[in-house]
Amino acid sequence: MSERLIQKLNILADAAKYDVSCSSSGSDRKNTNKGLGNGHQSGICHTYTEDGRCVSLLKILLTNHCIFDCAYCVSRRSNDIERAAFTVDEVVELTMNFYRRNYIEGLFLSSGIFKSADFTMERLLRAVKKLRLEENYNGYIHLKTIPGASDELITEAGLYVDRMSINLEMPTEAGLKLLAPEKSHQDVIKPLGFVKNQIVQFKEEKKLIKSVPKFVPAGQSTQMVVGATPETDKDIMYTAASFYKSFSLKRVYYSGYIPISNDSRMPILGTQPPLLRENRLYQTDWLMRFYGFDVKELLNDNNPHLDTDIDPKLSWALRNMHLFPIDINTADYQLILRIPGIGIGSAQKIIQARKFGKLYVHQLKKIGIAYNRAKHFITCADTPFQLKDFQSHQIKGFILAESQSKYLKTPHEQLLLF
Amino acid sequence: MIYIFDGTLEGLLTAVFEWFERKPGVATLKSKGTHQPDAFMPSFEVQSDREKADRVWRGLAQKLDRAWMRRAYCAYLSELPQIHHDLFQFIIYIFQNPHGAAQNYGHPQVLSITQTARKVEREKHRMEAFIRFQKTADGIFYCGIDPDFNVIPLLVNHFKNRYADQQWIIYDLKRHYGLFYDLQTVEEIEMGTDISLLKKTSQNLLDEKENLYADLWKNYFKSTNIVARKNTKLHTQHVPKRYWKYLTEKL
Ligand code: SF4
Repeated sequence: MSERLIQKLNILADAAKYDVSCSSSGSDRKNTNKGLGNGHQSGICHTYTEDGRCVSLLKILLTNHCIFDCAYCVSRRSNDIERAAFTVDEVVELTMNFYRRNYIEGLFLSSGIFKSADFTMERLLRAVKKLRLEENYNGYIHLKTIPGASDELITEAGLYVDRMSINLEMPTEAGLKLLAPEKSHQDVIKPLGFVKNQIVQFKEEKKLIKSVPKFVPAGQSTQMVVGATPETDKDIMYTAASFYKSFSLKRVYYSGYIPISNDSRMPILGTQPPLLRENRLYQTDWLMRFYGFDVKELLNDNNPHLDTDIDPKLSWALRNMHLFPIDINTADYQLILRIPGIGIGSAQKIIQARKFGKLYVHQLKKIGIAYNRAKHFITCADTPFQLKDFQSHQIKGFILAESQSKYLKTPHEQLLLF
Repeated sequence: MIYIFDGTLEGLLTAVFEWFERKPGVATLKSKGTHQPDAFMPSFEVQSDREKADRVWRGLAQKLDRAWMRRAYCAYLSELPQIHHDLFQFIIYIFQNPHGAAQNYGHPQVLSITQTARKVEREKHRMEAFIRFQKTADGIFYCGIDPDFNVIPLLVNHFKNRYADQQWIIYDLKRHYGLFYDLQTVEEIEMGTDISLLKKTSQNLLDEKENLYADLWKNYFKSTNIVARKNTKLHTQHVPKRYWKYLTEKL
């Protein structure tokens, strides 16, 4: 019995791991009924995989049986692999017992589609309801909704989970059609839009009537697979930008494609996953969400791909040298944010600190900006007088020469974003 | 002038009180444990006094916001040799200056308290992440820890709110005290048992299903890894090796 459970867990965790989201943040669910668990605003990573990804949630499929045949997915119908399915009770037992031991922040439940979308969705809903209603479980739940499930089931699930997601999978409709002819972006757009409207509606009602329950308090997210099909970075980020906007998504995840078959439509087995590219996409995503950049400034017809040797903020600056140098002592916060080598924290400190007097180089260094990078783009109280204007390719050379050694040693590290 | 105190927070706060009573000029604060008598330096022994300490703490709360009060407390819990004196100086500095003095990051003790508190908070957060309970045969969820800093007092709320429906014990093996939650309240406990017994819970004291769940978790950890993405450097950056001993999945 326990042997079989271990076996099932191996199969169904292995099949679920390609969903890279493991965030447990954004929920402030309280442990009101003296049950088990609560939300943690910023989430907690309980451990890290050997590839350095945070492990916060028990991420499993209910089953890897599937009636679809998406070429990029290990669970596709035509793939000759071992299949398994958890019972609802097994999912509940695993979640409760892992949570009690402080292994996890919660559950990320998803599933292959067996029989029909609603049949599958109904089963997922049962697991979630059992946790909340019978076990008094208040830990985090992320539910991946099943494309094609009915509005009623989705609405009901939304009352119990913290986050919902549904994956775009391929960044463009053409890419999706190529690898999963049975699917369309429309299958994703509809539920995303539906849930978004529900979230708004519940919030409105809650303002009037306190007892209205929470609906998907940690919001929605989606994921795109990168590098399975030949989209440009521009394609990917334009899609992301439009989804952030249309559906108020909390996050878009980019998952570098890890070859899982020798299907001639995709990179062959053994091809390195595009981890650096994935990282550059995340940096671009941050610049859009937190640094006030419009996606068109970072990617456009002249620059459809992100540079690999330098981060997107630096490439933008080098393409726009006419805007620099920026005066640290007078410029707006929004402009200071755009200087390479200055992050959000430092930008805020600069704004605070300059109220007490003009800022000098040594102060900027203390505040924690990456001065060697930023110095090419700023002036402050004691900026050394410079005889000649450097061209952007020269500046790039200086910066690369300095960061080169660090960069080469750890090519796949999550690079810091400045 | 050297002020000698008993190492407790109460003593430290009393020292501040006494200093303001006497105004002896520059003073160094040392705890009894670390003080080596010095014939050339006059010293003053502080007698811990609850009432005086409370007055200082309340006065401080008038001048500092809650985040700064917590920073001061966290810094104290670090138990670092230099921190007693730094905290002593910091509190005097705060009392002697107008509101807002704590934002002066150029001040050496302000910086020291900030940085030390950050380290303590980080370890507290790591404990919340890396503690792994084992269920014992009598139904209590137990975990022994040996943190660098004395973070146990900072863990009470998180674990009490989260694990409200199970009895649990978190025990500091280094400082020999811990927390016990009995489904109602959290109490500080000291266990008479030999420390070596507490370090490794013997098999026959564990719940019969404990090994199953530990195995399931280890298997999960293996299955969720993506070999093609291996990045050991990033891994150890997130989970420093000294914490591996806590982690069921690393055993
Ligand atoms: S429907 Fe989902 S589980 Fe099924 S093959 Fe497609 S991606 Fe995989």
